[in-house]
Amino acid sequence: MSNRLDLLFEDRSAFRLSIFFTAGFPQLEDTAALIEALQHSGADLLEIGFPFSDPLADGPVIQSSSQQALVNGMSLAVLFEQLEEIRDRIHIPLVLMGYLNPVLQFGVTAFIEQCVACGIDGVILPDLPADVYVAEYKAAFDAAGLAFIPLITPQTSPERIRFLDEQCSGFIYMVAGHGTTGGAISLQEEGAYFQRVKEMGLRLPKVAGFGVKSSSDIAFVQQYAEGVIVGSAFVQHIAGGCSDESIRSFIGGLKQVN
Amino acid sequence: MERFKPDARGYYGAYGGAFIPEMLLPNVAELQANYLSIINTESFREAFHKLLRDYVGRPTPLFYSDNLSKRYHTQVLLKREDLCHTGAHKINNTIGQLLIAKHLNKQRIIAETGAGQHGVATATACALMGMECTVFMGSVDMQRQAHNVERMRMLGAQVIPAESGSKTLKDATNEAIREWIRHPKDTHYVIGSVVGPHPYPDMVALFQSVISEEIGKQVQEQFGKAHPDVVIACVGGGSNAIGAFYHFIDNEHTRLIAVEAGGMGLESGKTAASIALGRKGIIHGSKTYLMQTDDGQIVEPHSISAGLDYPGIGPAHAYLRDTNKIEVVSITDEAALKAGLMLTRTDGIIPALESAHTIAYLEHLQAGPDDVVVVNLSGRGDKDLITYQNYFNHEQ
Ligand SMILES: Cc1ncc(COP(=O)(O)O)c(C=O)c1O
Repeated sequence: MSNRLDLLFEDRSAFRLSIFFTAGFPQLEDTAALIEALQHSGADLLEIGFPFSDPLADGPVIQSSSQQALVNGMSLAVLFEQLEEIRDRIHIPLVLMGYLNPVLQFGVTAFIEQCVACGIDGVILPDLPADVYVAEYKAAFDAAGLAFIPLITPQTSPERIRFLDEQCSGFIYMVAGHGTTGGAISLQEEGAYFQRVKEMGLRLPKVAGFGVKSSSDIAFVQQYAEGVIVGSAFVQHIAGGCSDESIRSFIGGLKQVN
Repeated sequence: MERFKPDARGYYGAYGGAFIPEMLLPNVAELQANYLSIINTESFREAFHKLLRDYVGRPTPLFYSDNLSKRYHTQVLLKREDLCHTGAHKINNTIGQLLIAKHLNKQRIIAETGAGQHGVATATACALMGMECTVFMGSVDMQRQAHNVERMRMLGAQVIPAESGSKTLKDATNEAIREWIRHPKDTHYVIGSVVGPHPYPDMVALFQSVISEEIGKQVQEQFGKAHPDVVIACVGGGSNAIGAFYHFIDNEHTRLIAVEAGGMGLESGKTAASIALGRKGIIHGSKTYLMQTDDGQIVEPHSISAGLDYPGIGPAHAYLRDTNKIEVVSITDEAALKAGLMLTRTDGIIPALESAHTIAYLEHLQAGPDDVVVVNLSGRGDKDLITYQNYFNHEQ
C-alpha cells in the first residue's frame, strides 16, 4: 500500500493544511474525537505529538500541553491503543511527533510495528539526527513504509538540505525562523529563505511551520511551500476544551482567503 | 600513551554522540570541527595556561590533612579546587570555553547553572573578556543559592529563572538549549559539565584534566609516588570527577571513586543517584545513564546539593562504569551535611555541599595506612551557608 503522505502530495499544486496537537491534552481521552473533528473540519493531515518530559525544541505552549498530557496519563502505549480503534474512520495521513527517548524505551522495532498497526504514515523525531537515522533505522522505516520527516532551518546548508531530501521521506519540515515552536516570528522575514529552498527543486514537498498563526501567515507561506503546519496556536485554542464547533471555527478561520 | 577520548563521532563505547535537533546542527558542527584544532594552537595553550595560573590561581594546593588522616587511618589529601578564583573547579572550564568562543567570533555567552558556581564562573570569565552573559537557573536553585545569584548579577550577567519541571539544573539546561536554538549565530553555549552533545563532554574533560595533571605531579613531589592509590570525587554531571580521574584512568593501581548524591536514600524516590538507578537513554543530546520512567520520561531528581541535583551523568562516566574503571557509590543528604560540618571543625574548611559528599565517603573507604587518598574538594561552601544553618538549627 502506498504511504498516504505520498498520495496527498502527489498533486503539488494543491496546498495542504496540517494541524499539530498534543495527544492526551486537554483530556486523556480527547485524542480520537480531536482527530475526527479535525478531519471533518478540513485539515489535510495531522501531527500527533506524544508527550515528553523535556521537550527541547518546544516553546511554552507545547511544553505545558505535554506536561498536562503526562499528568493525564498519556504514554506511547496508551496512544497506540487510542489510535488503533480509530484508523478505519480516518482517511487523512497521520504523523507522530515527539522525542527520541520515549521511542527508545518503547523499543524502536516495537514502535515501528505499532505505527504500522495503527496506520501511522510518518514520524518526526527532532532529536534523532538524520545521520543516525540513516545509519541505524532507515532500513526498518523504509521496509515498514513509514516516512521519516526531516526539519530544516534558515541555517541548514544547501548540501545538508540535499542530503535530507535524498535520505528522508514524506515531506521536508521547513522551520520558520530561528526557534522553538510557537515563537513570535515575523514570517515575512523568512521570504528569502523560503525562496532559496523553493528554488532548489527538491524531491520532497515542503511544509512550513513553527509560529504560524493566521490565515495571512498561511497565504504568505503558500507562495513557497506545498503545505503549512499550525501547532501552538491550535493547542492554545483547545486548552479550555475542544468542542467540534470551536475546532470547525478555528480551521475555518485559517482557511479563510483574505 | 593515547589520551582518554571519545571516537570521532563522540562516543565512549555505547555512550555519548550528539542527539540534537537540526536547528542546533550548525552550532554543534562548528564546535566539533574546530575545538581540537583551537585547543592545540600554541596561542590558545599559552593564553589558557596563563589565565589558569595568574587569574584562577593554579596550581591549587594538595593539602595533607593530619586530622582526617588520623581519623580514617590512611593518608588523606585534599585537592583544593575550592581555592580557585570564584570558589570551585568550574572556572577551569569556563576560561577554556570563553577562549574558544572568542576564537569563533561569538559575541554572546549563555550558560546553565545549578549551584550557581558554573554561573558565577561564566559571569566572571565574561566580565574579564568583555562578553555579554546570560545564565539560566532553576527558580528553586535561585532560592537555595541566592548568594551566587547576587554575585552573577554584580558581575553583570542576566540571570533568568527556569520555571519548568523541578525548577533545578535539568530545567535550566533545557532553557539554555532553547535559547541557543533561538540564537544560532552569535551565541556560544558554555555547558558547565561533561554532559551535552559531542564535543562538550570531551572539551570540558580536557579543560578539567588539569586537576589530575597537578595531582600526579604533587603526589610525586610530596610522596615520591608515581600516582595516588585512591582518588575520590563527587559527580553531578561529572566534570570535577573526570578532571580528577583523567590522567589515572588507564592506571590499574589507582582506584577511582565517584560519589553520587543519594538524596534521601536510593530507595526513597528522592535521589540523584543517576548511575545507580539510571537506565540507558538520551538526555540533553547525549546517550547515557539517566533516571527515567518505564515510559522514557525523565524523573525529577533530588539532592540537597544543587550541583549534584541532575538526573543524568556524563557519557564518559557511563562508559567508565560499564568497563569497571570507576567505582560508583552514593552518599545521602544527611551524611553530606554532617561531613561538611565535620571538615569545617577538624580542618577549618567549609566545603561546598557537593564536595561534602566525598568527605562523607571517607568513613566507608577501605584503605591501608600508607595509601595516598586524594579527595577532590571541588568547591567551597559559602554558597551553602543557609542550607547548613537550616539543618543544624533544626538538629539542635
Ligand atoms: C563545588 C561543586 N562541585 C561539584 C559540582 C558538580 O558538577 P560536576 O559533577 O560537573 O563536577 C558542582 C556543580 O555545580 C559544584 O559547584
